[in-house]
Amino acid sequence: MHTTRRDFLATTGTLAAGAAALAALPGPAEAALRPHAATGAQPFVQPPMDAAIKELLQAAVNAAQLAGAGFADARIARTRRNFIITRERQIVEVVDTDTMGCGVRALVDGCWGFAATRTLTRDGVAQAAREATAIAKANRLARDRAVQLAPAPALGERTWSNGFTVDPWSIPVEEKAALLLEANAEAMKVAGVKYVSSNMFFVKEEKNYASTEGTLTAQTIVRSWAPMTITAVSSDFSDFQNRAADMAPQGRGWEAVLDAKLVANARRWGEQAAEKLKAKPVEPGRYDLVLHPSHLWLTIHESIGHPTELDRAYGYEANYAGTSFIAPPEKVLGALKYGPEFMNVQGDRSQAGALATVGYDDEGVAPDSFLIVKDGMFNDYQTTREQADWLKWWYEKTGRVPRSHGNSYADAWSSVQFQRMPNVSLLPGEKDLVWDDLIAATDRGIAIVGDGSFSIDQQRYNAQFGGQVFHEIRGGKIVGMLKDVAYQIRTPEFWNAMDMIGGKRSYELGGSYFDGKGQPSQVNAVSHGSPPTRHRGITVINTGRKG
Amino acid sequence: MSARIDARTPARLLDTTDELLSRDAAQQLVERALKLSRADAAQVGLGGSRQRNVRFAANQMSTAGLVTDVAMYVTSSYGPKHAVVQTNDLSAEGIERCVRQSEALAKLAPDDPEAMPLLGPQSVPAVDAAWDEATASMRAEDAARAAMAALGPARSGGGLTVAGFLLVGGGVSALGNSAGLFHFHRGTTANYTLTVRTDDGTGSGWAGAETVAMKDLDADVIARRAIEKARLSRNPVAIEPGRYTVILEPQAVGDLVQLLGFYADARSADEGRSPFTKQGGGSKLGEKVVDARVTLYSDPADRAVLAQPWDGDGLPLVRREWIAKGVLQQLQYSRFWAKKQGKTPTGGPNSIVMAGGTASRDEMIRSTPRGLLVTRLWYLREVDPRTALYTGLTRDGTFLVENGKVTKAVKNMRFNESPLFLLNNLEALGPQERLAGTEAGIPTVMPWVKARDFNFTSLSDAV
Repeated sequence: MHTTRRDFLATTGTLAAGAAALAALPGPAEAALRPHAATGAQPFVQPPMDAAIKELLQAAVNAAQLAGAGFADARIARTRRNFIITRERQIVEVVDTDTMGCGVRALVDGCWGFAATRTLTRDGVAQAAREATAIAKANRLARDRAVQLAPAPALGERTWSNGFTVDPWSIPVEEKAALLLEANAEAMKVAGVKYVSSNMFFVKEEKNYASTEGTLTAQTIVRSWAPMTITAVSSDFSDFQNRAADMAPQGRGWEAVLDAKLVANARRWGEQAAEKLKAKPVEPGRYDLVLHPSHLWLTIHESIGHPTELDRAYGYEANYAGTSFIAPPEKVLGALKYGPEFMNVQGDRSQAGALATVGYDDEGVAPDSFLIVKDGMFNDYQTTREQADWLKWWYEKTGRVPRSHGNSYADAWSSVQFQRMPNVSLLPGEKDLVWDDLIAATDRGIAIVGDGSFSIDQQRYNAQFGGQVFHEIRGGKIVGMLKDVAYQIRTPEFWNAMDMIGGKRSYELGGSYFDGKGQPSQVNAVSHGSPPTRHRGITVINTGRKG
Repeated sequence: MSARIDARTPARLLDTTDELLSRDAAQQLVERALKLSRADAAQVGLGGSRQRNVRFAANQMSTAGLVTDVAMYVTSSYGPKHAVVQTNDLSAEGIERCVRQSEALAKLAPDDPEAMPLLGPQSVPAVDAAWDEATASMRAEDAARAAMAALGPARSGGGLTVAGFLLVGGGVSALGNSAGLFHFHRGTTANYTLTVRTDDGTGSGWAGAETVAMKDLDADVIARRAIEKARLSRNPVAIEPGRYTVILEPQAVGDLVQLLGFYADARSADEGRSPFTKQGGGSKLGEKVVDARVTLYSDPADRAVLAQPWDGDGLPLVRREWIAKGVLQQLQYSRFWAKKQGKTPTGGPNSIVMAGGTASRDEMIRSTPRGLLVTRLWYLREVDPRTALYTGLTRDGTFLVENGKVTKAVKNMRFNESPLFLLNNLEALGPQERLAGTEAGIPTVMPWVKARDFNFTSLSDAV
């Protein structure tokens, strides 16, 4: 079905709007001082950079400079991953991976070169530095404009960690497996539930950075996720339905898994999987949608996060991830109406427990928080040092100093850093509304919980989203469950059709553990916070076989 | 616990030039790890690579790099308990730590009632033609020149903006175990993809190629194809979404058809949660599932796409027809599920080929009163696993065919369609191509396809 234009700014239920304060969300400083409530564990404190690593980093940037680089930086990173994979009553696999190496980036006459090696000796990293410089020199034959970096202050030596309290590597494998198997058993108690898969994914990044400009950073970042999928199969094998758990991946340690209470929630998720078998197939048409933060994060990610990446707007991702409808910058900054006046979207790398939260980005910049959408108007892009100067005119016009927002990231020592998404979050409204208030205010609609199928075009206009659980709303009440629901949107109309938003109390983080971009493709992890929202008259299709 | 260099001894068994291990070097490393093992059984894998890449966009050079790495993974087993540990520290101490850690984890892991004994020695014919030395050692200047094949024409005027990517290099893999199995394979790949956009923002064209040897990859031809397509795709018109006859280029066919690999698992079908589940229970093996002209097979020695001839378990891969003349001939059986069901384990294929037909692109167009010609598909995501239904969009060159001719460019559209429906609605098959756009998938060869009733559900303004 074709998504047509709809009335902007349906006013019924619209809330008083105002510019949200950037300080509205909890920052890491607040969280870092606090031990974990359930375990009493203290937050991790980052020690100074290891002396031998510092020596190697300096050897690398010095070698690049000696070889002719005008600017160079080096990263030595160790990334550890731990996976526990189960199904039903049994373990499938236990995996532990550990990789460490050095990546060196060199800028020569405005051309980049990059080389990465696992040989962590002075000769090894110096050789990589010379290789990076040689690649940059070779690329001069194809150069047009020279790359320029926006100034960034030399920070000296800095340390940071995301303040996880229980290191997942300190928990024995049998304890991790036992928790998953217990959750599986709870779900399997539900009639109709035949299969459960559950996993734990832990990541620990220990990152060290040095540049020719005098910034040295040492950081440790831990991320945790325990996804679970429960499958109910009808007795005659004519249908099956999945319910994925609501646990969001987080920039925290083992405590995040404990707090998700998988065992306590598994039966409810299982019951919903079984209920979906009997749910009413949705009648296609226009509905008012009430979207839960566990669902909305993905819509924010695809329709706001990606199109506001500055490299996409300039065509740097045209050959893979795509470009952006929010372009060219000179026509849309301060001019494009993204949504209603109460819509404010923040980019940051500072929210406690969020996946993209860091102290310093992968080119030595301390990230700032910035409003991507301000009072409904498009206000700023995500940037790195290479990109920040491209928007100089806009920052000067709005009285800001051009600077990188600190959005540089490389997914490994062996990957080159480039612009990746910070946490991009829809800020809560001023009224103290919660999920139930939005449902109570809705006459005929669908409330969607959890993220499901998602797809969006390469300029981020046309998208289609599913979900996990679809509640039918009639006369302000949930009257039953629907299935085979997906909604199709055109991004600007969808956000301008938002007419209600939850308050601070209803704000939650969701996130993606595996967001792809770049060539060679890199994966990052990013969180998106939001309150629940309501959107008027959205096109819903039926995705079933007979739909 | 910060990253510490002293945890990694510099006394290495390899220097940086050795990431592309020889068979002998790989075997020595595997045996060293196996000798250290105290477990009931151990399996050791190695993967090394040397990859050069160059990116360009907005008519500028972007990033370029050379990345080398080699990693070892050790699976230790104690009866039904097992665990895998991977490291890229191949010093004597690093290997020992990896072995001991996998033993420690395996001992603590719960029993796996589906654990299978290791495979003993297997006979596998080598696929030597997958390796080209010049491609494995290509220089930075050659990569920059390949970028210039597109940057040159774009900068010389004509209102074009190009973005592209070249990835060239080699990879080696080895697998050995305490039951006496040892496999070794190495291969090279040159992959070039290019997107050309017109400066008025209304046209976009894509082309790409993938080969074993860089010398067989013609960057100028790719540039010409993408440029021509970008120019033809300017000023697209909106057409009403609905069911259309489509003529799909091999890349578009592959974007949809390779998704069938996600449903090839026999166990899921037997468990009742697959499009290949039969109503009432059991799988659809032996049933006609698509048009009788469709054959999908894998063969690591097929000249059209060479591949590693063994899978992650060490099981030799032979030619297998998954769908033959429209009949579901084979599903993927793990060693455990095969034993349980009394079947032969198949291994997971490392390449996939769909047989082509005799219709040419031009014949497909000439025989079409009204339809769409599609370059490629984008952002495909599962909507309904019961029917392998996916949603996604057309991208980088979508054209209207009227009365046997390509008449105009049309706006991109979203579809909700299943590869099974597509292959049931088949009208004609054409020549095959090895695809360049399968970054996440296995090497793939697909034909041109003409099919009816492809389900487009909405328009997109994206160019």
